[in-house]
Amino acid sequence: MSKAAEIDIVSVSKIYGATTAVEDISLKIPAGTYCCLLGPSGCGKTSTLRMIAGHESISSGDVRLGNIVVTDLPPARRGTAMMFQSYALFPHLDLIDNVAFSLKMKGVGKEERRARALEMLKLMQMEGYAGRRPAQLSGGQQQRVALARALITDPEALLLDEPLSALDPFLKIRMRAELKKLQTSLGITFVHVTHSQEEAMALADLIVVMNDGRIEQAAHPRTVFERPATAFVARFMGDHNVVSGRVSGSRDGMVVFDVPGGASLAASGQGRAIGEPIDIAIRTDHVRIGDPPATGLGFTGITSNIEYRGSTVKLSVNGAGIEDFTVIVDDTSFFAKPVAVGDAVPIAWDAEDAIVLGRLDS
Amino acid sequence: MTAVLERPGMIEAKPARRRRVSISAVVPYLQAAPLALILGAFLLLPILMIAVVSFWDYDFAAMYPDFLTINYADTLGSWVTWKTYLNTLKYAAIVWALTLFIGFWVAYFLAFHIRTTAMQMVLFLVCTVPFLTSNIIRMISWIPVLGRNGLVNSTLVEIGLIPKPIEWLLYSEFAVVLAMVHLYTLFMVTPIFNTLMRIDKSLIEAARDAGASGWQVLWNVVIPLAKPGMAIGTIFVVTLVMADFSTVQVMSGGQSASVALMMKNQMSLLQYPAAAANAVVLLVLVLLMVAGILRIVDIRKEL
Repeated sequence: MSKAAEIDIVSVSKIYGATTAVEDISLKIPAGTYCCLLGPSGCGKTSTLRMIAGHESISSGDVRLGNIVVTDLPPARRGTAMMFQSYALFPHLDLIDNVAFSLKMKGVGKEERRARALEMLKLMQMEGYAGRRPAQLSGGQQQRVALARALITDPEALLLDEPLSALDPFLKIRMRAELKKLQTSLGITFVHVTHSQEEAMALADLIVVMNDGRIEQAAHPRTVFERPATAFVARFMGDHNVVSGRVSGSRDGMVVFDVPGGASLAASGQGRAIGEPIDIAIRTDHVRIGDPPATGLGFTGITSNIEYRGSTVKLSVNGAGIEDFTVIVDDTSFFAKPVAVGDAVPIAWDAEDAIVLGRLDS
Repeated sequence: MTAVLERPGMIEAKPARRRRVSISAVVPYLQAAPLALILGAFLLLPILMIAVVSFWDYDFAAMYPDFLTINYADTLGSWVTWKTYLNTLKYAAIVWALTLFIGFWVAYFLAFHIRTTAMQMVLFLVCTVPFLTSNIIRMISWIPVLGRNGLVNSTLVEIGLIPKPIEWLLYSEFAVVLAMVHLYTLFMVTPIFNTLMRIDKSLIEAARDAGASGWQVLWNVVIPLAKPGMAIGTIFVVTLVMADFSTVQVMSGGQSASVALMMKNQMSLLQYPAAAANAVVLLVLVLLMVAGILRIVDIRKEL
């Protein structure tokens, strides 16, 4: 089972009546990648997954798996297997028959299919429960059985629809480690739909951030976090302050822009027309309390809230037209020079930490 | 619930303990009492009376309290009884098979092919419209349709398909089965529709994902999961057919017999103890059939 397929989505759209769930997206998922489709609910990530799986018709565009265009093929002939959100195990069958279901549909003999199903359950360390019904299992065990049932078809790509959302937080972290291990050992392509950026960061080789039926950014988790492409990505990934304004000029290779209501800030970048809207992102943990190294790389605001978080302290600062600017400082430097709610504090960051964000053309 | 809530208080307030226990112990019985009284008075007591009367003696004018087994010996020893039972069971089997087949497909269509819940409810209510009239009226309205010069026969003769009216359309076993299927199919549709509506649609997608064809999905997923509904529908239909006398009498024109019809005749001849013995035998038979169904299919999750 080391055959993995590249998934190529070419300008695919999904239209339900008057609403567009997925709007003309294109995406290449290299073979053997762990890909996470990430976004808020209703962003089109599940529709995209279901179109790859063949459970949703494609309104326009094509999906290619390996060298085959699978746009019009039924789910079972695409070489994909899907794991459903609620696992969708057959309640009337025991685990062996659940796992052996696809073999039975193919007409494999009873002895052989039961032997192969048991083999698959062994791989998932579930052989001890072979005779049980799904209702007698815990969430994590059900997930393993669902995985076994999906993998017995020997798929080139495994599609997982929010596989961890039904589990409690502790189990979530354990099962996600298992998923990652499984993907590494099988070497096949995994496409995993989730709304948790933490989950996506922990698992993915490729994060695809979706919003409103479109792809905002598709890149390695580190790139997505360190160089978010749009304001949506920066906000959704968290740990970023997004500041918006209008370009007012340039200085020393930096764009200068005005935030409505006061401050004039700067960020590295060029070739922007005056009056053009601009968004920048600054990581909350790359902000410090102190004077800016150059004009436009900081502002002074009033502390509105302080949260102690153990190794760090989180400050919320309002000022210069910027609401709820978050600053994360480590505890030693905070307590060396403590700040109280209501104090005016100077906030600063380095030039390379102010990232100019792009905008999707609408 | 009350009993559970009272408990912490009981430990704190020791002197009041005895009285509290007795009240909280009585409450559940009081709550169950109304239903128990109704069932006792209108179900258990009559059945008990029938069982008692079935051992009594009788002649053309009166019944005499006694303990005789002759009523049972007469009932079970008569060839007519056995033939009538067989005939009733035959009706039950044919009507069961037909209502199950028709009922399943109607329910399947409603549950899987009608997209909106509103439309499902509208169509389901359409199914129940015939039940706004009484059984007898629905039965009698078959007569002008099936009669010798009824709608079906006159149409067929007029378009020249048959030279003379078909005789077996009315006052025949065919007519009895037709009317029963008409009367009882809804009792099969309702519970099956209910179970089908509860099937998680992702199970069907999972089966498709595993390569199952439409028929394979039906056979391996839908039908097994619809079994509890089928069992409940079967219990309804079988008990209704086993107890039916009016349909058999009207639609067969008195040419066919059923157990309940036999009892009705015995009662009109004032042979109450004989009818009671017959009723007990029928009750035992039907209870055995229901027990058999419940052994095969677990309906607990439907209740």
